[in-house]
Amino acid sequence: MRDSLPVRSPTATGGKSAVDGSAFISLRSVDKFFGDFQALDDVSLDIGLGQKIVVCGPSGSGKSTLIRCINRLETHDRGEIAIDGVKLDGGAAARAVLRNNVGMVFQQFNLFPHLSILDNLTLGPVRARGLELAAARELAEYYLARVKIPEQIDKYPHQLSGGQQQRVAIARALCMEPRIMLFDEPTSALDPEMIAEVLEVIEELAGSGMTMIVVTHEMGFAGHVADQMVFMDHGKIVEMAPPDTFFSTPESERCRTFLQQILRH
Amino acid sequence: MRFAYLLPLLALFGLSGCSSGSWGWYVVNPTTPSGQRNLMFLLDGLYYTLALSVTAILISVILGLLVALPGLATQRPPRIINRVYVEVVRAVPILVLILWVYYGLPQVADISISVFWAGVLALAISDSAFQAEIFRAGIQSVDRGQHEAAHSISLGYVDKMRFVILPQAIKRILPALGNQLVYMLKMSSLVSVIGMEELTRRANELVVTEYRPLEIYTVLVIEYLVLILLVSAAVRWLERRMGASDQR
Ligand SMILES: Nc1ncnc2c1ncn2[C@@H]1O[C@H](COP(=O)(O)OP(=O)(O)OP(=O)(O)O)[C@@H](O)[C@H]1O
Ligand SMILES: [Mg+2]
Repeated sequence: MRDSLPVRSPTATGGKSAVDGSAFISLRSVDKFFGDFQALDDVSLDIGLGQKIVVCGPSGSGKSTLIRCINRLETHDRGEIAIDGVKLDGGAAARAVLRNNVGMVFQQFNLFPHLSILDNLTLGPVRARGLELAAARELAEYYLARVKIPEQIDKYPHQLSGGQQQRVAIARALCMEPRIMLFDEPTSALDPEMIAEVLEVIEELAGSGMTMIVVTHEMGFAGHVADQMVFMDHGKIVEMAPPDTFFSTPESERCRTFLQQILRH
Repeated sequence: MRFAYLLPLLALFGLSGCSSGSWGWYVVNPTTPSGQRNLMFLLDGLYYTLALSVTAILISVILGLLVALPGLATQRPPRIINRVYVEVVRAVPILVLILWVYYGLPQVADISISVFWAGVLALAISDSAFQAEIFRAGIQSVDRGQHEAAHSISLGYVDKMRFVILPQAIKRILPALGNQLVYMLKMSSLVSVIGMEELTRRANELVVTEYRPLEIYTVLVIEYLVLILLVSAAVRWLERRMGASDQR
């Protein structure tokens, strides 16, 4: 059965920016359990600075859990996750490395509804990074311009369209000036006509050299942006390859079936 | 007819006009000097009723929040502390708590406590158990995504609560807080038993000198009624104002 072929080793695949031993993010045999249920099963992954990883796989395969473990929204049970050489445990060093490096964008935007767009953007920089309000405001204006909605700065989240809200959420993460951005299905909650504007912003961000892990089923986008495609199933990384090989000659049966289903519509 | 429920009350007063035998409104007749003096004496209690209730509710809100937070923890021990506090405090009648704080606490803790602060403390503790439950429900009603977003921009626990979770929770619990204030205004009448000169105590004292319980207690009922209708209206106005800034 081709299913049971060994997973291609991430370091051996030699993508566009293959990593030499010292990966920026590294996961080593990571396991995560919810009660008895194993959501991540022996996941190992190395990601170099500037690399873009797109993760796909059926519902419940552990994609969200994977990236949520990377910013410690979930704590892994076994194995090791390190960012910039710092092991993620509960300690202060780990918190500092997350604060200085990792931003996240959620499927449901999760903007703060009681705060204006400006306050949504400056809260983190002021309270977590200790910036002066004026400096934080400048930062907010800059990133709001980067996501192309500078004129919305004084509005409230409910006054914006879904696409605009998601772009604010991206700007909010960017205001922390992270080196890695995690995206968990950033366009799945959007009306179809708004997907393009959000993907465009993410693509531009990718072009600027940001390290990214994106969970998405937008395969056209994935083909443009990804250095490596990752396919997950039942908590395992089943397949990992650069997009051209990944789409043209997927190795595992499960991945092939999944791609057929996704690409059919 | 919004005020239809007031009709029986009006009928009662009308009745009092005809069968003047049982009513003696002169005790609180504002056109006579003695009636005026009596009325002022009664109304004077308003200050302490308000001072007691407002001070107690402020303290009980803070206490309630401090008790609610461990109730939301993921670990067991803080949740148990929360449960024990809430269950124990809820089981003690307010009147008993007032008596205990005023007469018992000075002996246990070797402090002297004024009637006012004994009343405030007893009301606040008693109410804090309810406040804790209100806060817990309010905080739990805030979407999990808000906690996660706060985490994703590296806010610590205190900042997350202060800037993200509590502002949203408080909007949702405002009606319940308003109800607690009304409840507190009513319960403050119990502090009269330890000699607090609030509305109820004043009425009791006047009854003793004037022997007109019917009229004096009727005035007392109206005093509470007006007070509470005003407070309820104020709370509703505040709710509308806060609701207007965030419809989601
Ligand atoms: N907090 C939790 N408690 C219990 N089980 C959970 C929890 N979070 C996730 N799971 C389970 O772990 C598995 C993996 O979940 P995860 O959210 O990572 O999947 P996913 O690949 O992101 O799926 P989807 O495409 O539906 O978002 C699922 O079976 C899910 O039910
Ligand atoms: Mg998911």
